[in-house]
Amino acid sequence: MNIHEYQAKQLLAKYGVAVSLEIPAKSLAEVRPAAEKIVASGSSRVVVKSQIHAGGRGKGTFKSGFQGGVKVTASVDEAVAIAEKMLGQVLVTKQTGPDGRLVQTLLLAAGAKIKQEFYLAVLLDRANSRPLIMASTEGGMDIEEVAEKHPEKIFKEHIDPAVGIMPYQARKIAAALGLKGDLFNAATKLVTGVYTTWWETDAAMVELNPLAVVELADGKETVLALDAKISLDDNALYRHKDIQEMRDLNEEAPLEIEASKFNLNYIKLDGSIACLVNGAGLAMATMDIIQHFGGNPANFLDVGGGASKEQVTAAFKIILSDPHVKGILVNIFGGIMDCNVIATGIVAAVKETGLKLPLVVRLEGNNVAAGKKTLAESGVAIITGDSMADAAKKVVAAVGK
Amino acid sequence: MSILVTPNTKVLVQGITGSFGAKHAQLSIDYGTHIVAGVTPGKGGQFFEHAGVKVPIFDTVADAVKQTGATASAVFVPPPFAADAILEGADAGLELVVAITEGIPVRDMVRVKRAFQGNTKTRLIGPNCPGVVTPGEGKDSHGGCRIGIAPGYIHKKGHIGVVSRSGTLTYEAVWQLTSRGVGQSTCVGIGGDPVNGTSHLDVIKLFTADPDTRGIIMIGEIGGSAEEEAAEWIKANCQKPVAGFIAGATAPPGRRMGHAGAIVSGGKGTAEAKIAAFKAAGIGIAVTPSEMADTLLKMM
Repeated sequence: MNIHEYQAKQLLAKYGVAVSLEIPAKSLAEVRPAAEKIVASGSSRVVVKSQIHAGGRGKGTFKSGFQGGVKVTASVDEAVAIAEKMLGQVLVTKQTGPDGRLVQTLLLAAGAKIKQEFYLAVLLDRANSRPLIMASTEGGMDIEEVAEKHPEKIFKEHIDPAVGIMPYQARKIAAALGLKGDLFNAATKLVTGVYTTWWETDAAMVELNPLAVVELADGKETVLALDAKISLDDNALYRHKDIQEMRDLNEEAPLEIEASKFNLNYIKLDGSIACLVNGAGLAMATMDIIQHFGGNPANFLDVGGGASKEQVTAAFKIILSDPHVKGILVNIFGGIMDCNVIATGIVAAVKETGLKLPLVVRLEGNNVAAGKKTLAESGVAIITGDSMADAAKKVVAAVGK
Repeated sequence: MSILVTPNTKVLVQGITGSFGAKHAQLSIDYGTHIVAGVTPGKGGQFFEHAGVKVPIFDTVADAVKQTGATASAVFVPPPFAADAILEGADAGLELVVAITEGIPVRDMVRVKRAFQGNTKTRLIGPNCPGVVTPGEGKDSHGGCRIGIAPGYIHKKGHIGVVSRSGTLTYEAVWQLTSRGVGQSTCVGIGGDPVNGTSHLDVIKLFTADPDTRGIIMIGEIGGSAEEEAAEWIKANCQKPVAGFIAGATAPPGRRMGHAGAIVSGGKGTAEAKIAAFKAAGIGIAVTPSEMADTLLKMM
C-alpha cells in the first residue's frame, strides 16, 4: 500500500525525523488558515503541493491546462489562488499515465531556503535479506539514473536485523553526505529515525528525495525531509490499524478494489485479451504467451487456488467492465480442484453475464474429461484449447477477426 | 535417489487441525506420504484420523520429533504465527521445514532468515510455496513424499529436477514432462516471496550433486536477481542440461504481479535481464510456457 507525502511525514515525525512545518488541507476553506499559520511561523513563502500517489508532480500538468502540481507562493493570497487551481483538478504526471489523478488533498509547507539536497532511502536488499540504507549526495535527482551513471555516488549500509541500526552506522552515512558539526549530529539522528520508521511501520520502502540542508528564518542551518515517500508491506497491515486508516481508495483503480472483495488479484493493463488464470506464476506466463502470439493482455487476473463459481462469475464481470476487452482466455490448471466444478462455474458465469465475446478455455488437471464434457454440452459458444500455446493462438485469432 | 526428501521421509504437519492444513495432510496421506505427526498447540494428545491412518497430535514440535522421529515439516499455520512455527521447527532440529503459508510479513521473514544464519542443520523452503514432491513408484506416482499443496498424481518417478517460485507453473512443467512419459527426481517450489529460505541456486546445487537427476527445468519470475545468480553458477559448475522459463515479460514496472516478490522496480529484475543471463549460461530458453518440457528434452 502507498500513502501520501503528508501521511509519510506524519509517520516519520513520530519516529523523530525532522520535517518542516506542514499542514494538509482537504478543502479551500482549510487552505487559508493553514497558509496563515505558515506565514505566522516566520516563513516568507508558502509551498503548495498536490497530494497524489505518483512522482513527477512538480513537472506535471493539470487537465485544466494549469502547469505544475507543486508551486512556491509568496503570500497567503497567492497560496489560496494557486490552491484553487489544484484542488479538485486532475493532475497528469509521467508516472500517472494519461488518465492522471484527482487532487483531493494539498499539503501547505513553509518555503525552505535549500542549501544542499541529498537522497536517503531504506529498503530490503533481496540479495542478502537484510535492510539496506542508501544515501547519495545527488539529491532531487532520478536516483535510478544516478545508480546507473555514477554508482560511486551511492553509499550503502546494511543493517543487521538482530541488532538494529547502531549509531556508528548513522554517523557513517552523515559523513558520507559530507556533513559537519551540528548538521552532522542532526543527520545522524535523522537517519536513525528514518530507519526506525521503516522497521516499525513494516515499510517496503521509505524514501526521502530530497533530504535537504535548509537555512531557517534565523539564518541557522538544519537538515529536513523535504519530500517523503513510504510504501508499506500489505501483508503486515493487520498489525498497523493507524496506517490502515491512511488507505486512500481514490488512488486505487475501482476494478482492482472490486476484485479484492472477491479475493481476486486483478491488475488492469492496456490490451484487448482478458485472461482468467489460477496462480500468479501461471497468470504472468499466460499474459506472456498471449503477447508471444501477437495479442495484448488486457489484465493480470489470478483467481487463486479455490476458484469457486462466485469467484469466476465476479471475475467475468470485472473483465467485461473493461470496454477494451475483445476476447477472453481462461487458463486453469486444476491440480487439486475439480476441473468439472470450474467448467460448471464458467458456464454459469457466461450465462449470467450474457457473454458475447469470443471465449477460449484451456482446462487441465483433475477430472478434466468431465470438465471438457460440461463445456461441450453447455450450449454456450466456447472454444477449447488443448495446451497453453493452442489456447493463446486461438484467442489471438478470434480477437483479430 | 532424489533431493531433500525420499519416499521414506517422516513428515509432521504444523497446523494440522486448520482447514487448509487438514485438507493437505489428508491428500498427502492418500498419496502414500508418511505423515507421522501433527502439531497444534493446545491439542496435544488428540489424533488426526484419515483413511485408516491415525496421526498423533502434539503441543510442540520438539515433542513430535522426540516421539515420532519426524525429520521434515510442512507449515500451514496462519501468517501472524508462521515465523514462530518455522523457528520452532528449526529449534526442534528438523532437517527440512517447508513453509506453505502465504502472506507472512517481510519483516518477520527478515528475522527468521537472520535466525537461520549459522544453522547448518535445518533447511527452510518457502514461505508462500507449493512445497516439495519426490514421486513414488506406484500408480500416478503413489508412494512418494509430498510436503505441501502440489497435486501428487501429475508426477511420475524419473530423473528430471524441477525448481520454480510458482505453484501452478510448476505443475504445468511437471505435467508436460509426465504427459511425455518423462519422470521427475524431485520438484521444488521455493515460493514467491522476496525473502525465502532456499533460493534457485541452492536447489540447483542439490540437483547438480544428485546422481539421479539428469536434467533440470528452472522456472523463474521477474523481480530480484536469484535467477541471474543461479545462471552464473550453472555456467561454471553444472554439466547437466538445464532448460528455463521466465514469467512476467509483459508485466508493467512497479506493479506487483500476485507474488510479493514479482515486481520490477528501479529497472531491476526484468525478464529481459534474466533471459539474457540464462542464455549466457547455456540454459535452454523456453520461448513460451508451453515448451518447458520440450526445450529440455531437445537438449538431452
